[in-house]
Amino acid sequence: MAEVLPLPSEGAGSGDHVQFRFRDDEPLMDPAVTVDAFIDQTNATAVRVEPGDDARKLLPHLGRIGLVEVNFPAFTDGRGYSVARILREAGYAGELRAVGDVLIDQLSQMKRCGFDAFAPDKPLDETDAKAAFDRWPHVYQPAADARVPIWNLRHGRNQEQNG
Amino acid sequence: MYKYDHYDQAMVDARVEEFRDQVRRRIEGHLTEDQFKSLRLMNGLYLQLHAYMLRVAVPYGTLSSAQMRALADIADKYDRGYGHFTTRQNIQYNWIKLEEAPDILADLAKVEMHAIQTSGNCIRNISSDQYAGAAADEEVDPRPYAELLRQWSTFHPEFLTLPRKFKICVIASEQDRAAMRLHDIGIRILRNEAGELGARFYVGGGMGRTPMIAPVIRDFVPLDQLITYSEACLRVYNRYGRRDNKFKARIKILVHEMGADEYTRQVEEEFAHLLSQGIEPPTAELERIRTYFQDPAFEHGALDALDRSDPDFALWVDRNTMAHKQAGYINATISLKPVGGIPGDASADQMRLMADLAERYSFDELRVTHAQNIVLPHVRKADLYEVWKQLDQAGLGTANIDQIDDIIACPGLDYCSLANARSIPVAQKISQRFAAGGKADALGELKLKISGCINACGHHHAGHIGILGVDRKGKENYQLLLGGSEAEDTSLGKITGPGFDEDGIVDAIERATDVYLRERGEGERFLDTYRRIGMEPFKEAIYG
Repeated sequence: MAEVLPLPSEGAGSGDHVQFRFRDDEPLMDPAVTVDAFIDQTNATAVRVEPGDDARKLLPHLGRIGLVEVNFPAFTDGRGYSVARILREAGYAGELRAVGDVLIDQLSQMKRCGFDAFAPDKPLDETDAKAAFDRWPHVYQPAADARVPIWNLRHGRNQEQNG
Repeated sequence: MYKYDHYDQAMVDARVEEFRDQVRRRIEGHLTEDQFKSLRLMNGLYLQLHAYMLRVAVPYGTLSSAQMRALADIADKYDRGYGHFTTRQNIQYNWIKLEEAPDILADLAKVEMHAIQTSGNCIRNISSDQYAGAAADEEVDPRPYAELLRQWSTFHPEFLTLPRKFKICVIASEQDRAAMRLHDIGIRILRNEAGELGARFYVGGGMGRTPMIAPVIRDFVPLDQLITYSEACLRVYNRYGRRDNKFKARIKILVHEMGADEYTRQVEEEFAHLLSQGIEPPTAELERIRTYFQDPAFEHGALDALDRSDPDFALWVDRNTMAHKQAGYINATISLKPVGGIPGDASADQMRLMADLAERYSFDELRVTHAQNIVLPHVRKADLYEVWKQLDQAGLGTANIDQIDDIIACPGLDYCSLANARSIPVAQKISQRFAAGGKADALGELKLKISGCINACGHHHAGHIGILGVDRKGKENYQLLLGGSEAEDTSLGKITGPGFDEDGIVDAIERATDVYLRERGEGERFLDTYRRIGMEPFKEAIYG
């Protein structure tokens, strides 16, 4: 796992405080705009995806995206997980930030779906968060992260999958 | 049956630690009750009327004797000496203390069991045919596919916060003994014209307040694309299933509102995309899993006859056994529906006896049925009389499978915080009324199912006779439905008319069965007669 790089609060892109970040590049400072605005504004580089947005609308524009914020207004709304995987499956390699009602017990599944930055509404306990990121010794299925699923390990296929 | 390797074991062990940590954070006040609720539910822990209830997963309904004994020990150690087998082939305990729940999960992990995803808005325990690997009429054993789906769905990071719960069932016979088309996804393993095995996908079935029979969305998915296709079905649901209204959030509503054709089109599009992502497990994994489900060491040339000289035994054989694929063997169903009992309940001692019998006479295997009974799947016909005698002595010899007194019932208002009415006392009264004087025997196959509220956990929509408990101006009221079926002839019952009180519903059922006895043709079951003559004669008798 990459080191968690602590960030000063002013380093957060559009006002959300990034508490955990698994990237080495400099965070983008541009304000994130809505999906519709992003498609209209050809100079925009940061976009904020709400649960009802169709992430695939962004696919023709991946080249100019430096930051995607995916909002979780309530932790019970799981649409953002599909958003993250769809973007990663399409080859998006920029920052993918979970913002909003981001809780300890969702961190691991978010990371598996491709999120590499986390900006919870309320700061999370660092120790509990670390334990949550490190919780699972293995994974059963491929997702957007590099972890090799158990069913590959069992058969000597230890390389990372494409997906 | 399937055995954990160190990977599977590491995952359930990690889950125990995770839950222990979640309970600690809840008790220390770091988690709100709302936040904790979704976490405990994904570990099968509900807050009921009187205590916590813990639901333990029994993957595709298969148990070893060691597992059944562990379930008995948990009943003694943490509950009140009994457990309740459920319509999704699981077991639940009704008197659990929150602070002991992590220890129970630890005890379960020692026998390769868990409570992972037995509740919550995620993919639940995969259910299957209780005679899988033993039925004379199956194409193949469906359980390897169910096990593959179990692994895929366990902690699937994209699908842990779906719009609503998600139930998958896998069968491999034309006969449906698992209510397959009343699941969110029903899968039937079958052969195509070229003789290759594949999966037929039915999507969007369910009971609840809006019952629907799942339409076919794909006739044949090759087995080396099973997981990819399932992932496509789930992704479309996760993205577009309704989240604005809990009661319209199941996939059946999405498929219904979108139309099966449009849903199918979107799934196919997603499927084509996901095929490029390489998410399917290696075929070697399915081969590995299949090795766990090979036939036990059947005795070839075992005596293929039964001594029916004891009439009580002969009756039990007629009611409670099913043909086996292996000559000389038989599937024996243990009824958990004694006259006047609580449907699906078993005491710890009964569980231990069933475990002993499985170990000695059924190659160490037991099955839980969706009708809340237990099967010994591989009993030598030569041993059956001895098995029955031991069951009978322990109060487990009731001969009533698929009869009117083999009732499916939810826990109802005696336990459940959602219920509007009690289910158990109604089941007890019906069982007592019809067992007396042999009337249940005279009626033959008649599946009766009771739910204590419109959530339909007791499958009332799918009963030949269904009962729905409602609250009517502060009083328990029972509606009567006729004509449902959860089998391959799936249908949904229709309400007869105004409801009844607790005694009135029992009388109404008796009047309905009298119509059947009067009108039935040669070889007709209650359901067949109802389908032939329609609702009117029954209504006249019930309300006339």
